[in-house]
Amino acid sequence: MLQILFDALSLGSLYALGALGIALIFGVMRLVNFAHGDVIAFCVFALLWPSTDAMAIVFAGQLPWYLLVPFVLLCGAGLSVLCEIVVFRRFRQANPATMMIASFALGFVIRYFLLMLFSSRPKSISLLPELSQPVEILGARLPLLQLITIVATMVILIGLTLFLRQTRFGLEMRAAAENFSMARMLGVRANRVIMGAFALSGALAAAIALIFGAQTGTLDIQMGASIMLMAFIATVIGGLGSLGGAVLAGFLLGAASVIMQVMLPIDARPFRDAFVYGAVILVLLFRPQGLIAARGTKERV
Amino acid sequence: MSLLALSDITIRYSRLTAVRNVSFSMDEGEILFITGPNGAGKSSLLRAIAGVTPVAGGRIDLAGHEITGQAPENIARLGFSMVPEGRDVFGSLTTEENLLVGTGMHARERGWRSRAADELEAVYATFPMLKERRHGQAGLLSGGQQQMLVIGRALMTNPRLVAIDEPSLGLAPNINDQVYERLIALRAQRQLTLLIVEQSSARAMMVGGRMILMRGGQIVLDGDARTLGNGEAIQAAYFGYEDN
Repeated sequence: MLQILFDALSLGSLYALGALGIALIFGVMRLVNFAHGDVIAFCVFALLWPSTDAMAIVFAGQLPWYLLVPFVLLCGAGLSVLCEIVVFRRFRQANPATMMIASFALGFVIRYFLLMLFSSRPKSISLLPELSQPVEILGARLPLLQLITIVATMVILIGLTLFLRQTRFGLEMRAAAENFSMARMLGVRANRVIMGAFALSGALAAAIALIFGAQTGTLDIQMGASIMLMAFIATVIGGLGSLGGAVLAGFLLGAASVIMQVMLPIDARPFRDAFVYGAVILVLLFRPQGLIAARGTKERV
Repeated sequence: MSLLALSDITIRYSRLTAVRNVSFSMDEGEILFITGPNGAGKSSLLRAIAGVTPVAGGRIDLAGHEITGQAPENIARLGFSMVPEGRDVFGSLTTEENLLVGTGMHARERGWRSRAADELEAVYATFPMLKERRHGQAGLLSGGQQQMLVIGRALMTNPRLVAIDEPSLGLAPNINDQVYERLIALRAQRQLTLLIVEQSSARAMMVGGRMILMRGGQIVLDGDARTLGNGEAIQAAYFGYEDN
């Protein structure tokens, strides 16, 4: 029972962090960033030297964790901000559909860049192997990694909440997310807020990359896409642009997946995802605005 | 030199020309009403000064700087503070957070925090009701309270010129009187320069000051609100009788 709870929480953590990364950017610029998954993939491969060999040549992956974590977070934030400056800045005045297509294209560029450097073969690495030891809590044997995933996610969520609530920059971001042009008329710098949102979102992508890489031990250039899909669904169920909603829906999706994995009859288990998506459709039928409807659907300028 | 000067401003929304070759200027300390019927181009003009609506032609100067085509956040830094139509409070933020958003742009200056705190107290002194609701969600305030909040928010940026777009919109007449009472008191207190857009010229005649009357995207009358007030000229200009 406890095992199921922890499975649900750790899977939910991944989805929640992914959904948050998408919701942050949607909040300030009404962009559904489909390149987010590929930023995740990029962060994982930042651990390796570029090579098309089947064997992974570990580069940053060897660093002790206190250097490894900041390095990967910086990679994510840096790439994300670069995407903003090089691509999304040109589309500020464009309509949301155009921006979304641009993000698809950008995602493919990143993915094929990785393909070129690393080939499409999945590579296995052991990232932070010391985390795979089991620990015993209340009679259940859990991998230490699962525990760290949950704790790290909580720390990130609390930190982000404090940042948004207590700092001047956080206040400006919340104001801009609700009504961008009004915030600008009050002197809030558009570029700074948007770049801040991209940096945070990129760092969140990096956190997912670390957790996912450590969990699976396999690196695959497609890996971001699968999380991205679930995370995107979580942002929609949560109410696009609502950060709390995105986190809540992320955890709900994680829980739904894990519970269905356990409860469904054996024959139906391979179709688990179909049941999960079915549940998503049901939720959206009853609450098309999402679980927590976001404020500030005002046009941005 | 004038604080605000518009020369030959034209604003277009695709094919529609909302404002055509409008020029006027304002001096420091002046109170100016822009009135006129719906669609006269009053709001477009304000939004163009604020930098959120692009101009198709002409030039705008504020406090000795050309601001045509500048970003809204830079125009705000020159001392222009805007209270847009429909109020635009940040509904999910608290009352106090709403007031503080605009203080961030002075964060590079020394002692901005204590100045922001003083400014906050001054706004609370003018609008005690805001202090009572300081930690409540701004979206839950009544229309009149929200109007006071956005005026307070505009003052928090320490502006030289405050522009207010239709403060009367959607407010009961007695609430509206209160809003104006505070505005006039604030103006006397801080030597504020006020640019107010209203549909009706009645308020301008009551308060006094200068009045510009717009129709069809152009200025049709410009003069002292009280002397312009009672004549038939204003009615003719407002309704456009001379065209018929």
